[in-house]
Parts: sequence; C-alpha cells; structure tokens
Amino acid sequence: MTDDPQKLLALYRQMVLIRRFEEKSAEMYALAKIGGFLHLYIGQEAVAVGSMDTIRPDDYVISAYREHGHCLARGSDPKQVMAELFGKATGLCKGKGGSMHLVDVSRNFMGGYAIVGGHLPLAAGLAFAIKYRHGDQVVLCFFGDGAVPSGQAHESFNLAALWSLPVIFICENNRYGMGTPVEREMSLYRNLIERATSHGMLAEQVDGMDVLAVRDCLQRVVAFVRTQRCPYFVEALTYRFMGHSMSDPAHGHYRTRAEVEEARKQDPIARLKAHLLATGQARETDFKEIEQNVEAQIDEAVQFAEKSPVPPASALYEDVYVEA
Amino acid sequence: MTAVVTYREALNQAMREEMRRDDRVFLIGEEVGYYQGAFKVSKGFVEEFGPQRVLDTPITEAGFTGLAIGAAMAGLRPIVELMTFNFGILAMDQIVNNAAKIRYMSGGQLSVPLVIRGPGSAAHQLAAQHSQSLEAWFCHVPGLKVVAPATPRDAKGLLKAAVRDDNPVIFIEAQLLYGTKGDVPDGEEIIPIGQAEVKRMGQDVTVVAYSKMLLVALEAAQEAANQGIDSEVIDLRTLKPLDVATIVRSVRKTGRLIIVEEGWRFAGLGAQIAESVYSQAFYALDQPIVRVTGEEVPMPYSRNLEDLAIPDRARVSAAITRMVRR
Repeated sequence: MTDDPQKLLALYRQMVLIRRFEEKSAEMYALAKIGGFLHLYIGQEAVAVGSMDTIRPDDYVISAYREHGHCLARGSDPKQVMAELFGKATGLCKGKGGSMHLVDVSRNFMGGYAIVGGHLPLAAGLAFAIKYRHGDQVVLCFFGDGAVPSGQAHESFNLAALWSLPVIFICENNRYGMGTPVEREMSLYRNLIERATSHGMLAEQVDGMDVLAVRDCLQRVVAFVRTQRCPYFVEALTYRFMGHSMSDPAHGHYRTRAEVEEARKQDPIARLKAHLLATGQARETDFKEIEQNVEAQIDEAVQFAEKSPVPPASALYEDVYVEA
Repeated sequence: MTAVVTYREALNQAMREEMRRDDRVFLIGEEVGYYQGAFKVSKGFVEEFGPQRVLDTPITEAGFTGLAIGAAMAGLRPIVELMTFNFGILAMDQIVNNAAKIRYMSGGQLSVPLVIRGPGSAAHQLAAQHSQSLEAWFCHVPGLKVVAPATPRDAKGLLKAAVRDDNPVIFIEAQLLYGTKGDVPDGEEIIPIGQAEVKRMGQDVTVVAYSKMLLVALEAAQEAANQGIDSEVIDLRTLKPLDVATIVRSVRKTGRLIIVEEGWRFAGLGAQIAESVYSQAFYALDQPIVRVTGEEVPMPYSRNLEDLAIPDRARVSAAITRMVRR
C-alpha cells in the first residue's frame, strides 16, 4: 500500500463523521428533535466512504432511504443535513424531505428514495442522460439487498445492460431486508451478483467492512465504466449494527445479540485504525485529534439545526410545481 | 391559413417540431421507433431523428418511465409514450412517487420536465383491461398536470405546451380520436395548459366535457338544438389545473350544469368539478348539477353491453332535455 497516510486518515475521518452523526441523530430522535422514520448507517460506513472517494464532482450519486452516510461522504454540509433531519428551513431540502429524502444538487447527490427498488430506474435515467450528451461521467446507485428481487431493479438492470449505460449499481448487502434475512427473501441468496451477470452485466463482490477494499474495487470499476461505457454491479458485503429503523433495537427478534456482536468485530472504523497503527502510518494522537475535531463539527451541526427556524407556513405550497 | 389534419398527425407534428427545436427532447416507449408507434403517432421519427432520440423499449413501463424521470432530473426533456394508459398502471409508482414529488421533496432543487402521453379511455371491444379512463387517478396527485385534448388543434398546441412545461405533464389521448380530423393552423401555435374553451356558445344549459366525450357532448347539443334548446359546451382541455373560472362564468349565464365523463362515477373527475362549481357558484344554479358518466363496471367485451357502459349522444341529449324542460 503506497497510500499517502493523510489520505487514509481522511477516509478514517469521513467514517467517524458518519458514525458520530448517526449516533447523534439517534440521540436527537430520542429527544423528539427528529421525527418520522430514521434509518441509521452505522456499520456500513466503509461502503459510502470508500466509493465516494473514487468519483469526480460531476458524477452522479443516488441512494435509498438509509442515505445520511452517502450524503455526508459526498461532501454535504453536516449542518444542512442535520437541519433537514430536524425539519428546519435551513435543511438541504428546506425541511420538505427529511431523513429519507436528502438531496444536494450542488454535489450531484440526486437524492434518497424510500420506495424499495424505485430509484434504480432513476439511476439508469441519469446514466442515460450522460450517454445522450456523450459525457464521461458515471452514476453511483446505492441500494440494499432488499431491493434486489424487486421488479424495478431488474427492469433497470436490463435497460442499463441493453443500452450500455454508465451506472454502477452498488448493492449494500447487510443481510436483512428490514427484518427478513436474505435467505428468506431471495433464491440464490449467497451470491447476489448472479442477478446482475444474468443480465449481461459485469459484477463483483467486495468486503464492505473494509474501506480500502471498497475504494480499490470502486477505483477499478469507476475507471472501467468511465472508459468502457457500460453498467457494473458491485455487491458490498456489509452489516448494520443498529436496527432497521429507530423502531427496532439493534438485534431485534430476527437476529441474535451474539450475531450483532460478532459482526461488530469487523467494525470498519476499528479495522482501518488497526491497519494504520500496525503499518505505522498513523499514531494514536492522530485519531484523537480526528475524534475531537469531528465531535466539534457534529456539535456545531446540532446547534445550527436547533437554532434554525422551522419553515414558514408560506413554504407549504412552494415547489409543488415549477412556476412559469 | 389552416390545414385539415387528423388528431394523430397533429400529435406527430407537435412532437416533430419540438424535437427539431430542442435536442434535449426525445421520445421513448414501446414500439415508438421502427414500428412507427402502436397507433402510428411517431411515424417517420426514427428515420428523421435516429434511434438515439427515438427509443424502442422492452415492455417494462416502470423501468422506462423511471428512466425518463431520471433523464429529466439530469436536464433532458423526455416524452414517454405509453402504448395505452392501462399499462401506465405499472408505472404508477414512478409517476406518483417520483415524477410528481421530486421537486417538492428536494425543496425545489430538482425538477422533472417530462411528458407522459398515450391513449386513455375505451375504444371498441377491447374489454376490461384495455378500456378505462384513469385521469382522476392522476388529477388526484399534487405535482402533476393533466391534459386531455379533444381536437387536432388542441392536441397539437397543448402537446407543444406540455413539452415546454418544466413539470411532469400527463397527456391523455384516445384511440377513437386518432383518426378524427380538424383544422390546425399553419405555423406555431402553443395552447396554454390550464385553459378550457367554449366550443359551442349557448344560453340554456352548460355541458362540460373533455377528450372524446366532447364530441359526444357537441352531438348531443346539436340534437337538443333541434328541439329548441340552446346548449353551451365547454371543452376542459386541461383537467389539472382545472379552469373553474370558465365553467363558473358559463353557469352564471345558464344556471344549469351537466358534466359528461367516460370514467367511473364514484370519485370521478366530475365529482370534483361539481364540488368546485358548488363552492363558487351555488346560488347561480337553478338545479342540482347532473353527471353523465361511465357505468361502474369493468368494461364488458360484448358490444351491446359495452355500449351500455359508456355515455353516448342519446344519454347526454336526454340529460339536457330533462334538465331544461323540468
């Protein structure tokens, strides 16, 4: 590994930022500062951070409803993200979207979508637009294992492969579609990439708990898609440490505490830290500094969200239509 | 100068002119290219614009409608042809959850300039799954505009307006209208979305209709005229946003309103039109509003039963006569 240690620490920092952001979100949810559904990304940070490190600002990113991590990894301001979760006028979407519908067009982050499988056709469409204009951007489309058996996913895989669209489908296989384990939601559950290869798409698996593995994989895949102009499917094997949403506990009835504890041994943040320490690329003080720095950033985000005004009543009917 | 063209040809002209004007506009759907369109609306398109802009799709409405929405989010201006709106049911998630809401959910950051067009309503003996009027479904959803022109001139002018609109527009045609003819002005005419038109002036009763029920209403008005009844016929043209002002203006003159629609009565579009008129012009009405609607059954195949299920000239003219002679 000939990486610049500063770059590796930057990846570490991004993952810690997401982790602390999510922990703080859970806290704020308990205080009823955040309402509705809240799906935390804790445990899966390596996928968003490793992927996002490999793309350009003009590439597109689109995700599902567990998307705080993707949005933050794409570079959105945690203040605006937290304000959106608080339903404040200063949020990314002026408080209209909430946790499940973060959008940041300034970063080509095209949104979080909350109908399982429903955003995969949109990803194909973004890629279609790139192809239509003869551009060389790519689209990263994140979704969970739960979306894979859906009809809309397969319609999208087929169109992307049929029309050679530059979209990278990144399946974050966290082993549960809500509370149903993959082996009870899909035939051929051991290897989801067969779903993609059956459509004539190249596909591979990656250890989604290892940010460097994800980054190396995506670096190759992005370069390939950018030059070859075709879709690609990546199955990132990962795990969520928390419940599906805030309405179920970390282990729930559908998985054991022991299983969650076992998965926690693969914590992507701890793994990168151990690797950096073992290879002498960083010292304890580096991590302490990052932790402190991130804590301050999260505190600032919460304060910003707290102090921000709620949307005025006049906003209710704004942005339903584009006015001529 | 005007030329007599078919409804089908008017749609073809509108799309052709818009695609020549703006290379962000493309056509996507089943059989729109080499087959020339299931109803030949896109005749000659793939030859003129090439397969990059005239895209034949697999039979996957959710997939290609969603793809078009994604392309619109990235700044293109797709026209999606649904072979019929019956198949659009498969794309309802994309239309309702994505196309209609993306602008609002994103706090105005994104927009979806998109037209979804194709035939709705019944033709002849296509049976239950191919003969339905679903416009009320679309009208129910904030974020969508819904257009249903009846004449070639309106079809052309409104389709051009729809393509230029920055919102998702549901554009509902009718198989039985494709072959109908009418005057279409030479040169460019854009007919604004949201404006009804009085297609026949009258004093005694107002009849509101749209799409092919407009033709039924006009025939019925003619029949009633033979009995000395002077009907005013309003063509809604756009269903959402609804031009209530034009209806109310007419009702203030006639004091009577009949609403004709092919769709099912319960929670049908006419119920909303009636509510809008009652709330704005209740005291202008001499009698309760009458609705002539499709019967509340899945469309039967047998021709005699099918005829019973759809409003026709006789039923509308009987309603006019009953109302005026009361």
